[in-house]
Amino acid sequence: MRKGIVYRALLVVALIVAAVIYLVPSFVTSLPDWWVRFFPSRKIRLGLDLRGGTYLLLNVDLEKAKENALDQHAEQLRRALREEHIAGVEVERVGQSLRVRTPTQEAKNATEKVLAEQFPMLTMTGAPAVAEGEMALVFDRRETQRLQEYALEQSLETLRNRIDQFGVTEPSVQRQGDQDIVVQLPGIQDPERAKALIGKTAVLEFKLVAENGTGGENTEILNGQERDPLSGQMRRVTYTLEKKTLMTGDVVADARVRPSTEFEGPYVELVLNDRGARLFEQITREHVGRRLAIILDNTVYSAPVIRERIGGGRASITGSFDIKEARDLAIVLRAGALPAPVTIAEERTVGPSLGKDSIEQGILSFIVGGSLVVVFMVVYYKWAGVLADVAVLLNVIFLLATLAAFEATLTLPGIAGIVLTLGMAVDANVLINERMREELRAGKSARAAVEAGYERALPAILDSNITTFLSGLILFQFGSGPVRGFAVTLCIGIITTVFTAVFCTRLVYDTLLARRRLVAVSV
Amino acid sequence: MELIKPGTTIDFVRYTKWALLFSASLILLSCGSFWYHGGLNYGVDFAGGTVVQIRFNQPTNIADIRRALATVNIANITVQDLGQGGNEFLIRMPASESGSQDLSTQMQQALTGQFGEQAFEVRRIETVGPRVGKDLRRKALLAVLFATVMIGGYIAFRFEPRFGVGAAVALAHDVLIAAGALSLMNMEFDLTVVAALLTVIGFSVNDTVIVCDRIRENMRKMRRETLAAVINKSINETLSRTIITSGTAVLVIISLLVLGGEVIHAFAFALLVGITVGTYSSIYVASPIILFWAQEDRRR
Repeated sequence: MRKGIVYRALLVVALIVAAVIYLVPSFVTSLPDWWVRFFPSRKIRLGLDLRGGTYLLLNVDLEKAKENALDQHAEQLRRALREEHIAGVEVERVGQSLRVRTPTQEAKNATEKVLAEQFPMLTMTGAPAVAEGEMALVFDRRETQRLQEYALEQSLETLRNRIDQFGVTEPSVQRQGDQDIVVQLPGIQDPERAKALIGKTAVLEFKLVAENGTGGENTEILNGQERDPLSGQMRRVTYTLEKKTLMTGDVVADARVRPSTEFEGPYVELVLNDRGARLFEQITREHVGRRLAIILDNTVYSAPVIRERIGGGRASITGSFDIKEARDLAIVLRAGALPAPVTIAEERTVGPSLGKDSIEQGILSFIVGGSLVVVFMVVYYKWAGVLADVAVLLNVIFLLATLAAFEATLTLPGIAGIVLTLGMAVDANVLINERMREELRAGKSARAAVEAGYERALPAILDSNITTFLSGLILFQFGSGPVRGFAVTLCIGIITTVFTAVFCTRLVYDTLLARRRLVAVSV
Repeated sequence: MELIKPGTTIDFVRYTKWALLFSASLILLSCGSFWYHGGLNYGVDFAGGTVVQIRFNQPTNIADIRRALATVNIANITVQDLGQGGNEFLIRMPASESGSQDLSTQMQQALTGQFGEQAFEVRRIETVGPRVGKDLRRKALLAVLFATVMIGGYIAFRFEPRFGVGAAVALAHDVLIAAGALSLMNMEFDLTVVAALLTVIGFSVNDTVIVCDRIRENMRKMRRETLAAVINKSINETLSRTIITSGTAVLVIISLLVLGGEVIHAFAFALLVGITVGTYSSIYVASPIILFWAQEDRRR
């Protein structure tokens, strides 16, 4: 009996020491070197709702990614058919499938052979809309899956690159499910700018402006902006462009901001890779005197006249932007295009001042709520109440230490969860104390009352905590962000409650009983 | 100190009919409120849309803000004064199916145009797309249903099937009334409220567990007595504990409600109502079901 008490006491002391060690980094601003070397330096992490920041849920447009891939395959198929000298076959993408029209049965057989040999990922569908002499092709399941996976991974990579260059401390870019990406930017000052940077697909294209600005079969009309040289106001202009894309952003090796000069604003200089340099030289050589439009995400940035052949692999994007916009443009061009457009499906931004207020309000309600409970317990249960209060205090220490040890995120609802734990934790002691009162009233000795109180109350304590724990788990599964923080503190709080309210308080009674100091229970 | 004197014998079972009437009227009131308000008053989490909380450097007229926002071409913008001396406002915009996604950007530009760049600070932006809102709504409903069933199942497993059914019905009763109270107060139903409801489910079943535990214990001791007598004795014996535990929980919840700030106001309110009703329901909803079930068994 006595030995058991010693071991239990050692366990409790060891845990308290460990808890305090884990808590030190969160409450001491600068840790000495020797501490960092030997002890944990992890802190309780504050959620975005407390420290301020932006949470974005991005939805990757996988349909569009599939369409882009189909376009690429259509181009490859046309080239393959040319190489095999199969003439008169038309290849066109219609929505989510490729339509291949063959003029003769012979051509059809030859095309099918090419498809079978070189394009095994495309399968025929017997869509009812398919006309005579026409085949409808779609990607098979495996290819579709691979494409979607690729689009998502590629988007993740590109977004990470962009955000890394944006300069936020501890950003997080994570995949969620099959088509979503979660971006978290703590302590960000300008969420609007971040959103613009993240939301850009950044597809860069070079196209020729149609001669004489006339429309026609192979032209398209795109919008652009330019500064009126007289008034200095921005105005919208439309460009008629040839549809054919001469060069795309994948040849960009680097992009730099060039500061503004006397004559023009800041601009972005592109450094092209070898292939790009050759291509650009060829384009400029063949089209001297024409205007070359530089298009980003279907908006024309500028359309300068090609004066001469340009070698050396450098191109520049001028336009009417300020230095900030130019810098962000350089970032997205360096990081590359997204394989598919993304849309912001959810945004939660909390400014730093609100975060600070939330922390203060959280701490205040913690102190007030906690004090009310502590005072009540002492008034109602006398010394047993004091004991319950000590248990509650230990409970809070263990709870916070566990949060620090697991680097769990503390949110405002999470603080509410801790406050709630204060109110609910005493339940276990209330149960035990009520039982002890009953046993004492039945005329039992102090020792018997303590033992019966704990034994009889334990099943009910466990049952009631397990049910709360279960709903906490469900909440964790369901919730995101702040709500999840609540589920975490609730669940950890339950575990620490059972330990402190039952195990630790029992230890005190057993110690007193073993030393025969406890003649009457003050409850 | 003792709130409930030992040996208290209130004949709870006798008032069962009145309690049923009371519960029924609360539920009717809740449903009436849902009907009157056209369903729950979903916050931005579930309805989709944008909420922007801004604070001006000096007291600002709400009409001026409305006028500035009129230049933005979005229907149904509402502006609410948060009562911080006319400095702080909440601007709500419903989700638009086709419109531009950057409502908050447009809104900020409009305000900057009217009041200048340094005049205000954006304290919070929440935007939820219609797809996400619908998804969250479905998930929330599932979570609440799942929690109720799972806890009912746990009680059925630990005690007896009829105890489980009693607990599950009591929980559904509590959740419905808590949601009804929110609706009556015209408070917003958002993610934190769902967190509160799930907590109510987990916490309010505690009382039911304690009462059931005592009923089971007393059923062994009092074999000669009727079940009604056993239930009465059990509720009386655990009454003190029930009231004190709920009391301490209510103490901290009131402190959250009063001091915790705007962000968790609805959360604290839902908890307060849910836990208060949950205390009552463990006495008056779960036990009558157990009793009713037993009488049916005997009749057969």
